[in-house]
Amino acid sequence: MSIRRHRVLALCLLAGAVAALAGCEMVSHTRSTINPVSDFGWAIQNVYKQIFWWCVGIFVFVEALLLIAIFRFRVREGSHETPEQVHGHTNLEIAWTILPAVILVFIAVPTIRTIFAVAAPAPADAIRVTVTGQQWFWHVDYPDLGIRTANEIHVPVGRAVEVSLHAADVIHAFWVPRLGGKRDVMPGRTNRQVFTVDKPGLYHGQCAEFCGTSHALMRFDLVAEDPASFDRWVAEQKSVPAPPTDPKLKTGATTFLTAGCIACHRIQGSPAQAQIGPDLTHVASRARIVSGMLENTPENMSRWISDPQAVKTDARMPNLKLKSDQVEVLVAYLQSLR
Amino acid sequence: MSTTAAALPKLQEEAYRGAWSWITTVDHKRIGILYGMTAFCFFLIGGLEALIIRTQLAVPEGTVVAPGTYNALFTMHALTMIFLVIMPIGAAFFNYMIPLMVGARDVAFPRLNALSYWVFLVGALFLNVSFLVGQPPDVGWFAYAPLTSKAFSPTHAVDFYIFGLQILGISSMMAGFNFIVTILNMRAPGMTLMRMPVFVWMTLVIQFLVVLAFPIITVGLIFLQFDRFFGTHFYLVEAGGDPLLWQHLFWLFGHPEVYILILPAMGIVSEVLPTFSHKPLFGAPFVIFSGILIGFLGFGVWSHHMFTTGLGPVADAAFSTTTMMIAVPTAVKIFNWIATIWGGRIRLTTAMLYALGFIAMFVIGGLSGVMHASPPVDLQQQDSYFVVAHIHYVLFGGSIMGLFAGTFYWFPKMTGRLLDEKLGKLQFWLQLIGLNVTFFPMHFLGVDGMPRRIYTYYGTDGWNGWNMVATIGSYLIGVSVLIFIHNFFRSLRAGKPAGADPWDGATLEWTIPSPPPVYNFARLPNVTSSRPFWDVKYASPAQKAQMEKAERERGAEHIHIPPPSYWPIVLAMGMAVFFAGWFFNPFVNVAGVLIVLAATFAWVYEPGH
Repeated sequence: MSIRRHRVLALCLLAGAVAALAGCEMVSHTRSTINPVSDFGWAIQNVYKQIFWWCVGIFVFVEALLLIAIFRFRVREGSHETPEQVHGHTNLEIAWTILPAVILVFIAVPTIRTIFAVAAPAPADAIRVTVTGQQWFWHVDYPDLGIRTANEIHVPVGRAVEVSLHAADVIHAFWVPRLGGKRDVMPGRTNRQVFTVDKPGLYHGQCAEFCGTSHALMRFDLVAEDPASFDRWVAEQKSVPAPPTDPKLKTGATTFLTAGCIACHRIQGSPAQAQIGPDLTHVASRARIVSGMLENTPENMSRWISDPQAVKTDARMPNLKLKSDQVEVLVAYLQSLR
Repeated sequence: MSTTAAALPKLQEEAYRGAWSWITTVDHKRIGILYGMTAFCFFLIGGLEALIIRTQLAVPEGTVVAPGTYNALFTMHALTMIFLVIMPIGAAFFNYMIPLMVGARDVAFPRLNALSYWVFLVGALFLNVSFLVGQPPDVGWFAYAPLTSKAFSPTHAVDFYIFGLQILGISSMMAGFNFIVTILNMRAPGMTLMRMPVFVWMTLVIQFLVVLAFPIITVGLIFLQFDRFFGTHFYLVEAGGDPLLWQHLFWLFGHPEVYILILPAMGIVSEVLPTFSHKPLFGAPFVIFSGILIGFLGFGVWSHHMFTTGLGPVADAAFSTTTMMIAVPTAVKIFNWIATIWGGRIRLTTAMLYALGFIAMFVIGGLSGVMHASPPVDLQQQDSYFVVAHIHYVLFGGSIMGLFAGTFYWFPKMTGRLLDEKLGKLQFWLQLIGLNVTFFPMHFLGVDGMPRRIYTYYGTDGWNGWNMVATIGSYLIGVSVLIFIHNFFRSLRAGKPAGADPWDGATLEWTIPSPPPVYNFARLPNVTSSRPFWDVKYASPAQKAQMEKAERERGAEHIHIPPPSYWPIVLAMGMAVFFAGWFFNPFVNVAGVLIVLAATFAWVYEPGH
């Protein structure tokens, strides 16, 4: 190898190192699939790690073999001799048939073990959550607790959670990368996912099966909190908000009932009882609106209500062509629903 | 049309001039060129779609295209690259090279061959005309029910998808049967199955995959059409149907389709590596058998596309195991290719670089494939950018690189001129770097939880950097393709003359002039080994004398050349009218059927056959 080639090699290595470092800077912390926070996620991570290192080993071996062959047997200037005409070698063939088969056994065994482990039924004391995917948001129900909310799932740390998945229209997929793998949300069948979160935090989730125009914006949040905070959240969600007394909020509540919102949304303690769109009983308690798309601020909320399709293309919520003062009182009212 | 070789040049000149001669041609070489040129145009269209996609994703909250347009772009990019680029470029090589490699004067059914091409063209236009009426398919190339139902896709977008694929399926089926018969029946004397070049073998396997896999998607599409047009409920839960039925049918076709896309490249590489290593293919019977095994196992793995649908642990375990098994024959191939170049005299021509690049890149795609063969891992990787990285290493790093190897290898045979090697190498290195810069970061994006098929993301998601890198890479690929276009036209006009055998090849196509005469072989060759031309070139003087004597003893041969026919294109037009009828009214359907029947009748009674 000439000095020049050494330099090229050094440069390549340097470039690789820079890229790798840059890679560390470019990691998503809220959605990493290899930084799990649940038993389900760790089970997957365990298999993945084993397979990953097998693959790295095979990759290095095969590519090295290829490069060695190319560099060693590259034609030299003026060389014209005919190489030995080798047609094959039976023992070699047997060897490189058996070798990958054996490696695959090492991959298949933990794989199949994990398939059955993560399919195990939930323990009896698991918190049951029913998630229903719909173009392009999520209903969230806690059948045992009598809670219905949307786009924000709360779970306690250290206790098993069983998520049942339903679809109201087309196929979606429920995926919170840091919790573990995704499951399709199928019309006509119920898929389940069981996990116990071991670290409190806010974890982002997103629909992972293409489901139409605004598939990219069908997001949600999963909040894992200590049991005491979770219980507080449950109590808050179970409470029925009292009818507003402030005149502005009162106008807002009337607007909600008369402008058309009532056709799709529910606010407990009010005549609005439809369950087509997200439940708004405690909408102000949620960190984000429009299925994890926007921070829950009055400005964002009025942007959304004034022209839903401008925020989310083809959104099913109709543009009710409300006047700005109507939007203002509506937002004030909704922001009071803590 | 019967004549001898001496009388043919004049006839060739008369029948081979002008646009009409191309429209009526039944010559496999010309049909091959038509396939290749058409597919290359679609390669540019599909590439442009990819560049728009990458531009949209370069920065968070990109505003280059609207969400609906983006969804149409990724749908059409996949459909175009799969059905209108990789398959027909493969078909171009089958058409041009198979008769030459098996020592035949044409394919078994030359007019059917012309019909395959025209029907392919109709299907390709059908899919793309959707852009002109503003309703391109936008439900993903996998078109999962019930998103494809009338309720969720009320426009004609899904109808263009259905009929486009049906028409392309008809074309592929006809070509499939044609090549099975050609390969089994038209081989030169002495060319036993095990003496066939590996490219011919892989073509045979592919054609069996085509004729077995396409009927499945045909049925699936008919169900979908019935749901949309006649109110049936094959895929609709409300009425007892099942959207999973579509997924089973689609992937039962879709997975063999993956091998339909990769096996041509594997066949090409198995020709290019030996030629430029100056050695025979190592373990040829094992390479052939593993190709057959890959094709066979390809029908038993479809549910690995459905691990997330919740088929249950037993099904997941079974399909995971069969999927992993495919890694074995694939590994056997890769080791045999490396053993082929081992100890050889390696000439690093552009074709060879592409063949070696194919191995290097396909290994990466193969290994990421092993990762998501494991259902638990797949639950994380499925529908994430990790899988986007995987399929592009297989289909770009694999198929497209293999097809470029074939292009640089056989262009001289087809045109009589060599593609420029300097430009070729520049193109290769730029493309190799470009494809790694584009697709390798997608592994990281997938691991960081970025889902596929999203038209936008936010700056806070942590995906900005690698998306920008991938977009820069995609433009490098774009530049490499521009270099190829320049090289192509320059070499066509002023490339170095190739002569009959520019690469010191071993197979029959190199024994005849470049470009080959219309009748290919003045005398059909007599084959005695898997490297017939090598045997002639590297024979001892005594063997040579004996061959020449045997050659002299054979008299002039009677040559039959099928005459041109315009009925194939008329029949294809009839099909176009029939399928267009679904957009207008039943009378148009009937008119289409009548044209098809009339053309078939005229075809059958065409004089001269």
